[in-house]
Amino acid sequence: MFRRASRLLARTTTASTWRRSRAFSTDVPATPAQDPNFIDSWKKVIPNLDPPKTPASFMTPRPVTPSSIPSKITVNFVLPYASELSSKEVDMVIVPATTGQMGVLPGHVPTIAELKPGILSVHEGNDVTKYFLSSGFALIHANSVADIIAVEAVPVDRIDPGLVQKGLAEFTQKLGSAITDLEKAEAQIGIDVHSAMNSAITG
Amino acid sequence: MASNAAVPFWRTAGMTYITYSNICANLVRNCLKEPYKTEALSREKVHFSISKWTNGKPEKPTSDV
Repeated sequence: MFRRASRLLARTTTASTWRRSRAFSTDVPATPAQDPNFIDSWKKVIPNLDPPKTPASFMTPRPVTPSSIPSKITVNFVLPYASELSSKEVDMVIVPATTGQMGVLPGHVPTIAELKPGILSVHEGNDVTKYFLSSGFALIHANSVADIIAVEAVPVDRIDPGLVQKGLAEFTQKLGSAITDLEKAEAQIGIDVHSAMNSAITG
Repeated sequence: MASNAAVPFWRTAGMTYITYSNICANLVRNCLKEPYKTEALSREKVHFSISKWTNGKPEKPTSDV
């Protein structure tokens, strides 16, 4: 059993050194919605019936990655109950990724980023709109479209500083008295979110 | 093939991402100013009723608002 394993491992490493077995999705050209070979052979055998539709023909084709970098990014910022920004062309967005504040400019490398509680700022010319996000994801596509999805997002001036201080104190105290892993995790989440809100209001 | 990213603390404690995300959202909603707080909390309010079945018959449902 282990002799086979070492041979399999050797095979995969040699394959990856000289050729990628699967191409990245951005390198592959957009596949046509209907396979022309299939349609030709269908028509030869059954000329009277229309060829069946495949799932690919119902989908909108993947947008072509422009060869030159566009001047603005298109932002879609959505929440479960509302769509805050829908295909808005802006100069830059700064998203609060778990790896830190990430600035997204047109031509950004395609990225999937998990977001932590923090501030999303949308820069359009000289205007900056800031929202506090609870958590979510940011998907940046090759054609400079950014989809930002969050569960809860509020403008920073809707946060009550008194409640934030109270919550921070309460969760710090809960962390001290927590026994199980789950209680500790919940208290830690509470501290993280409240301190993020605190720095959002003050910073 | 080792995993690259460190496992987040909530996952080691047995929590899923959805639970984590919902907790964060609830904490943010509870810290809003009025009237936004009441409208956010009422928007997220879920009405459901649970009925237990014993011996093939439903008992009185308990409703939680």
